[in-house]
Amino acid sequence: MASISNVLRRPTSTTGVWGWITTIDHKKIGIMYGVSSFTFFLIGGLEAFLIRLQLARPEHAVVSPEIYSQLFTMHALTMIFLGVMPLSAAFFNLVIPLMIGARDVAFPRLNALSLWIFILGALMFQSGWFLGGSPNSGWFAYAPLTSSTFSPGNGMDFYTLGLGVLGVSSVAAALNFIVTIINMRAPGMTLMRMPVFVWMTLVTSILLVTAFPVITVGLIELFLDRRFGFNFFNPDAGADVVLWQHLFWVFGHPEVYILILPAMGIVTEILPTFSKKPLFGYPVIVFSGIAIGFMGWAVWSHHMFTVGLGPIANSVFALTTMTIAVPTGVKIFNWIGTMWGGNIELKTPMLFSIGFIFLFIIGGLSGVMHSIAPSDAQQQDTYFIVAHIHYVLFGGSIFAIMSGIYYWFPKASGRMLSESIGKVSFWLMFIGMNVTFFPMHFLGMDGMPRRQYTYDSSYGWDFWNLVATIGVFLLAAGVIAFVHNFFRSLRKGEIAGNDPWDARTLEWSIPSPPPEYNFAEIPIVNSRDAFWEQKQRGEAGEQGTGAGYGEEEHHDIHMPSPSYWPLVMAIGLTAAAYGMLYSYPLAALGAFVTMVGIYAWSMEPVTASEDH
Amino acid sequence: MINNRLRTIVWALASLLLVSAFVACTPEHPQSTFDSHGPVAEAQMGLFNLLTWIVSVVFVLVTGGLLYTVFKFRARPGAPPPQDIHGNTKLEIAWTVIPVILLAAVAVPTVQNQFYIAAPPEGEDKLVVNVVAHQWWWEFDYPDLGLSTANEFHVPVGTNIEFNMTSEDVLHSFWVPKLAGKMDIIPGKNTTMWFKADTTDADPSTPEKDSFYGQCAEFCGVAHSWMRFRVHVDEQDEFDAWVEHEKSNAKDPETDLEKEGYQLFLTKGCVACHAIQGRPDAVALRGPNLTHFGNRSTLAAGIKENNNENLKVWLKNPDDLKGGTIMANEAAVYINPDLALSNSDLDALVAYLRGLK
Ligand code: HEC
Ligand SMILES: [Cu+2]
Ligand SMILES: [Cu+2]
Repeated sequence: MASISNVLRRPTSTTGVWGWITTIDHKKIGIMYGVSSFTFFLIGGLEAFLIRLQLARPEHAVVSPEIYSQLFTMHALTMIFLGVMPLSAAFFNLVIPLMIGARDVAFPRLNALSLWIFILGALMFQSGWFLGGSPNSGWFAYAPLTSSTFSPGNGMDFYTLGLGVLGVSSVAAALNFIVTIINMRAPGMTLMRMPVFVWMTLVTSILLVTAFPVITVGLIELFLDRRFGFNFFNPDAGADVVLWQHLFWVFGHPEVYILILPAMGIVTEILPTFSKKPLFGYPVIVFSGIAIGFMGWAVWSHHMFTVGLGPIANSVFALTTMTIAVPTGVKIFNWIGTMWGGNIELKTPMLFSIGFIFLFIIGGLSGVMHSIAPSDAQQQDTYFIVAHIHYVLFGGSIFAIMSGIYYWFPKASGRMLSESIGKVSFWLMFIGMNVTFFPMHFLGMDGMPRRQYTYDSSYGWDFWNLVATIGVFLLAAGVIAFVHNFFRSLRKGEIAGNDPWDARTLEWSIPSPPPEYNFAEIPIVNSRDAFWEQKQRGEAGEQGTGAGYGEEEHHDIHMPSPSYWPLVMAIGLTAAAYGMLYSYPLAALGAFVTMVGIYAWSMEPVTASEDH
Repeated sequence: MINNRLRTIVWALASLLLVSAFVACTPEHPQSTFDSHGPVAEAQMGLFNLLTWIVSVVFVLVTGGLLYTVFKFRARPGAPPPQDIHGNTKLEIAWTVIPVILLAAVAVPTVQNQFYIAAPPEGEDKLVVNVVAHQWWWEFDYPDLGLSTANEFHVPVGTNIEFNMTSEDVLHSFWVPKLAGKMDIIPGKNTTMWFKADTTDADPSTPEKDSFYGQCAEFCGVAHSWMRFRVHVDEQDEFDAWVEHEKSNAKDPETDLEKEGYQLFLTKGCVACHAIQGRPDAVALRGPNLTHFGNRSTLAAGIKENNNENLKVWLKNPDDLKGGTIMANEAAVYINPDLALSNSDLDALVAYLRGLK
């Protein structure tokens, strides 16, 4: 039966289009994750832009209320599941193996599978726009508005199936990184010598693996309700619709940390590099990251303070939520401690990291205000909350991601991004972000609920809405400046060299971009900040450039060969998902293709050479 | 010199906060939470203010520290390499313990207030109002007084009002910002909340705006933005008079135009959804009860002034005021061209409905 794997000849080329499509090299996969998810980030931004245009003036009619519901639903889903999460995955892919001194991830083909399921699943998710309507009940999809009675059409099915498919990708990637981090560290890199970004990736991956099953249960139940008349969330048949809210937020709150912990990890790498000082309080930072991940499971009902769970439940969740502020605060103090006494170079990555801390302080403090359950009843579901989440997710996650892009772009591409355009884009984004989102605090306290497609003048909300919309133009200009910088620097950027920032971790000890096998010789780690220590001892460069190591000498480094099967499986899975909507034979075919993919994959040897 | 810089940063941040507090508090706006008119909203505002003070101080200190660090330790050419400091246990313990103490201090009033806002104080008089939320309008029933109304309701000043709420369709949320924070309304379940109004007038400076504005705060479908309501707070005697009148049957049509309007109301299928007390043909409850519709100050769940012009626009095509309503989607007059309302039909219906004082 091994003949199945010979139906398609084993791909060998590692260049050109096919080289990218069949690659299982973590660096190329990381780049594809980055480029595709940044594209989705831009689509999510466009959705937000339309939302703000609609709200710029009272009773504006830029879009209809039907479209508006889809826009705010898809904006959130796009940014969270197709933007920030896969952008974090891009960094995991690009950086983790390099940071721990490994030649690839533990399961390279599984990694390719995650990528392709993500890309195809994301396209399927967005295809609702062209196939009669996107999800329109909010990203939280509270039952029973999501039932086939109140949301007829296919919109909400794109939600259940799309998130289901994307979940496969996330869980597979998370498992891969857990195994990679536990097993593939270079000799001497004990857990407490791992860079903090690696730690945060580990915690995030564990959260992903544990949180996604919860939402998957909810998605399957909702799908059965909508398509096969089940009654999981049908109050007329006696169901308790609040069950959905519990399922959603038991997943949803850890999800918040899935979005922010990688960001914190990125910033924690960048601050010491540009302060020229080791991290202040490494064990405390690591421990507080773990604590946040752990306590993230005990706070979900703070999203439900107005559901009527009763004063006891509300008090308990108010207290757990306040508690989580402590490890978060500790991180902030330690970051400042890291900079204190340093020689701070205000390069673009550092600016974004400092911007992150500043904005995250604001978002964190408004978060503490929400934890006060009784007064949160006035803020819940108003623009005050919209302000809060954008301070933590835009000011937080996105600023850290931008910081990370400026920081690791040279490693991935071999060229520097322009500093001057970088600074322009930072200030535009920083000012734009505050002009857009700070006034939303005022709107919320002024009684403006979320998810209103319009408002009338007599409520006094005109001015700050207009200001917020103006802010979006600044923000957009900042993002455009970055995109320009990106394409310009790919062609004309200064050559980076191995270690342009005089950095501390192992990825900077090898050429930019790194060779396929990353490390000609697996490094031996004696301390934290391994590369920095090497440089201090004057041993760097030896491991580094590969100078002196001819290609021949390394032909014995066996890297796994490219493969079609991950892509085949991803196509099968996506086809099956479409089939569940449009035709069961197609679903069966998709399932069959997936099975073929799994079978052929498991028969396929790791390296092509063993094939003949 | 360094202290000067620190002081400048702190002052800049503090004045930024002050300015924003100043521009943000706009109590004259109809849904401002800064303008409480009852003990529940006051308790919530009190906590909010306490927290605002605390987080403002924390904000100024922490971001002040951040900016100060960034300015003070900027790399200067020729500066010696910084010392490798890996941590400082005492300091780290301090900045873990201080937030814990602050939060513990806040936790006490949080829990106290959580119990206070949950139910009206035991032993005090209360009036029960049942709220039934429908996709994009409100039904208010007074079980002890035997009356039912829609979209606007009255309560006596200084009395605890307890709400028992449920929904006919999807989730909604009941919110009168000046009287109390919100509570969700859930189909198949009952949720409760309470408030008390201390004044009859929501905004003494403007005679038009003396009712309290309320709004659905949970996304409930396309017309969510237009699902509002009004609370009228009356002196006790006014309230009693309102109750008496509200319990009475609808007024008979008087003028010819009103009589024609009433006939149209029966023949054009309005009775399929609307109840008018005292009219045995009109008992359905899919839409708001119209018994004393003429006395409501607003139309279509608190969104427009209730006057002849607006009512005519509404009856011509409800979508023109509020996109996506059940009335526009399901009433025979809007889906069956043979039943469509002519201009004179509209005038007659307007006359009849506005006459239902
Ligand atoms: C299919 C059921 C249905 C039919 C038939 C129907 N209505 Fe309605 N009506 C509603 C609903 C539902 C609302 C509440 C709409 C909203 O605010 O979202 C409403 C609202 C109203 C209101 C505003 C009530 C208020 O409190 O502000 C008036 C007036 C009204 N209808 C008059 C009529 C007339 C006149 C007819 C006949 C030509 C009619 N309706 C037919 C369902 C119906
Ligand atoms: Cu949460
Ligand atoms: Cu609503």
